[in-house]
Amino acid sequence: MKAQKNIEASRAEVLEILKNPKNTHEQTMMALATLAENLLPYPDGTPEDFYSLYDKGIICDLDEGHAPYTARYILPDYDKLMKNGCKFLKLDLPKDLFEALNTLLIFYRHVPSITHFPVYMGNIDYLLEPFIQDTEEAKKMIRGFLIHCDRTFGSSFCHMNLGPKASRAGWIVLELESELKNSVPNMTLIYDPKITPDDFAELAIETALASANPAFAYKPAYDVDFKGRPFGIASCYNGLPIGGGAFTLSRLRLNKLANNSTSVSDFFDDTLPHAVRTLCQFMEEKTRFIVEETPFFSTHFLVNEGFIRQDNFVGLFGMAGLCECVNQLMKLQGKTERYGKDEEANQLGVKVMDALKEHVESFESKYSPDWDHHFMLHAQVGAAGDEGTSPGARIAIGEELPLYDHLRQAGLYHKYFPTGVGDIFPFDTTYSKNPAAILDVFKGAFKVGIRYISTYSSDSELVRVTGYLVKKSDIQAYAEGKQVINETVRGSYNAKEYDGTLRRKVRSI
Amino acid sequence: MLAPVNKIIDTSVVDGPGNRTAVFFQGCNFNCKYCHNPETLHMCTACGKCVEKCPVGALSLTQGKVVWNPAICKNCDTCIKVCSHQASPKISWMTVEALADRVIRNIPFIRGVTCSGGECTLQSEFIVHFFRRMKENDLNCLLDSNGSVISFEEEQSLMDVTDGVMLDIKAFDPEKHLALTGQKNELVLRNALYLASIGKLTEIRTVIAQNEIDNAKTVYEITKLLSPYLATTDIHYRIIAFRPFGVRKQFLELGTPSQKEMHSMEAIARSNGFDHITLT
Ligand code: SF4
Ligand code: SF4
Repeated sequence: MKAQKNIEASRAEVLEILKNPKNTHEQTMMALATLAENLLPYPDGTPEDFYSLYDKGIICDLDEGHAPYTARYILPDYDKLMKNGCKFLKLDLPKDLFEALNTLLIFYRHVPSITHFPVYMGNIDYLLEPFIQDTEEAKKMIRGFLIHCDRTFGSSFCHMNLGPKASRAGWIVLELESELKNSVPNMTLIYDPKITPDDFAELAIETALASANPAFAYKPAYDVDFKGRPFGIASCYNGLPIGGGAFTLSRLRLNKLANNSTSVSDFFDDTLPHAVRTLCQFMEEKTRFIVEETPFFSTHFLVNEGFIRQDNFVGLFGMAGLCECVNQLMKLQGKTERYGKDEEANQLGVKVMDALKEHVESFESKYSPDWDHHFMLHAQVGAAGDEGTSPGARIAIGEELPLYDHLRQAGLYHKYFPTGVGDIFPFDTTYSKNPAAILDVFKGAFKVGIRYISTYSSDSELVRVTGYLVKKSDIQAYAEGKQVINETVRGSYNAKEYDGTLRRKVRSI
Repeated sequence: MLAPVNKIIDTSVVDGPGNRTAVFFQGCNFNCKYCHNPETLHMCTACGKCVEKCPVGALSLTQGKVVWNPAICKNCDTCIKVCSHQASPKISWMTVEALADRVIRNIPFIRGVTCSGGECTLQSEFIVHFFRRMKENDLNCLLDSNGSVISFEEEQSLMDVTDGVMLDIKAFDPEKHLALTGQKNELVLRNALYLASIGKLTEIRTVIAQNEIDNAKTVYEITKLLSPYLATTDIHYRIIAFRPFGVRKQFLELGTPSQKEMHSMEAIARSNGFDHITLT
């Protein structure tokens, strides 16, 4: 892991990338950039223990890159763009819908991220509503805009938000989504039962059954965690402050940590606190590298013009494999109760999360003054090497519970994750005749602690994999050796995440 | 007080508005040719035929009653297939409290409960008590009925706790109705009018079977009869195409109507002012 690759090995890798017939030109460039970045070592100050925990699979840096040169997730303040324009991009204030859409498309192109695509594209209905005059004309223009996004931003992690208020622009976007069935952008309705009318929420569910978009984020829960300040949903399902974002994301595989613990007390007293400390130190070094060694926060126009502020960024402390972790800890006590169906195991899960939260909060970062110098917890979904590790705090696929029990179980854990957690429930096609019924289930879910939930229809061409969307036909094409624009398809296919998705329990009557 | 419960569906999206729990009671006073659940028609006579046929021994005959063990039942439905009485051994006799507790567990995911069957109004006294418990928990209460057992107007204690009734209008012509269901329809129509007049006729439904009944006449007459109430109450009309699934062999000569026929039914209902129509 620490050893430097020799130049010959690196050349061979370059050639392999150049010759890969399944890459589009853009994907080749991005792969070369990643390769170049990873020729550098991890930042100075990375703790020694990081490497041994990495080799055991306990720590996973999600191949984020050894030397990141931009913040991982950026949520620009798009209201500012609509009010002030942008000097660096020479954009005046938009005066009509055409100019507003054009301004956004130009701006998106310049919002960096880990994926090189804009992971947050704003509250699109609020941004466009002031410019809607003639509905038919607006529909035609927004249609073109959405198609543009799908065909040029080749990543399922580009994310648009809607709501919580209903608006003409919101209705138009939802109606277009049903029709277009694109995998980009990802979409979330910021839902508040006190603000969002039922008919708008039901249209959102109908749209989700047709196109797997949007998911629902329960605003009241996020308002508590983000202290009432503006937040958005970016990338997969990550709640983050608007005008800020995330510096970096790494994660613990809790199951591997449990496998490397000799007893339950060893886990709680020794291996867990040690791994959390090590990962926090590693993340701190990465953040230091981005802030202090790269010119990003001192030169980028997003910072200079106030679209983002460094103080408003946080580190995301991710975790996965709570399910298998708990099962292993039960086994260490000679018990057979399982995470999901058994109360004792679920309560042990709560105890693990309480301990994890406490350790993460006890680490004081030099950065993130807006968020009290703490990292925030994130329930991380899949990555390569995740066989036997369930995403975040989810119950393993194949052990799903009856719908209501499942929601209650998941509701125990959502509160730990301000910066992202989610559960996905495919429904069979009978439900498409009664979206109000699914809205009832969602409303109930929010009452039992769920903060983010999504659905799609079992016969949909689009499926929500771990939090992002892919088209079945794109996966098929990639499997046959063809190129596809959406580069997420490659990751999804290689990490076998998609396979699990197809085995997910479909909710039927 | 006990009632025979054939089945409880915790998450039902087809038994009224929103997500509901549906309770299916055993026993019916009709004998419709196109019944999809003929095993709900009658009460078990404890003849014992199904007991021997159960492949896993989930049924036993104890003190003149068939006892079903749900813990080992594989839901293969062999018992239902062999029963010649249109009954099922897989029912539970439940108290109001047990049934109420079972449904209350589903809060906050459901907005209401629907009693169906069989014919649920055969259990109307039980339902009054059951719905009172549901109302204490702010659940919306619907009945799914053939409208031929009780006069709703004369059952005020039931109406006090019932938010709406979904009524089957099988045929308008009394003779046709008799041929199809084994019962006259005078009470059904009287109930439809009464429920519409108090704003509690949530839905009417008619099954359209090819060649069997005077479809157009039924759809025309019932929508005409109810049209004066549409100004003050929303009545949903569910027009259902006959499908052979679950139907007894001797009645399989009934045909499935064409899409065109279904759409012409919809047009008739619309011409009498109905605009909330679902074809299924
Ligand atoms: S269910 Fe039918 S077959 Fe079984 S004992 Fe009762 S009447 Fe007989
Ligand atoms: S459905 Fe259950 S009780 Fe009936 S025959 Fe099958 S296993 Fe036995």
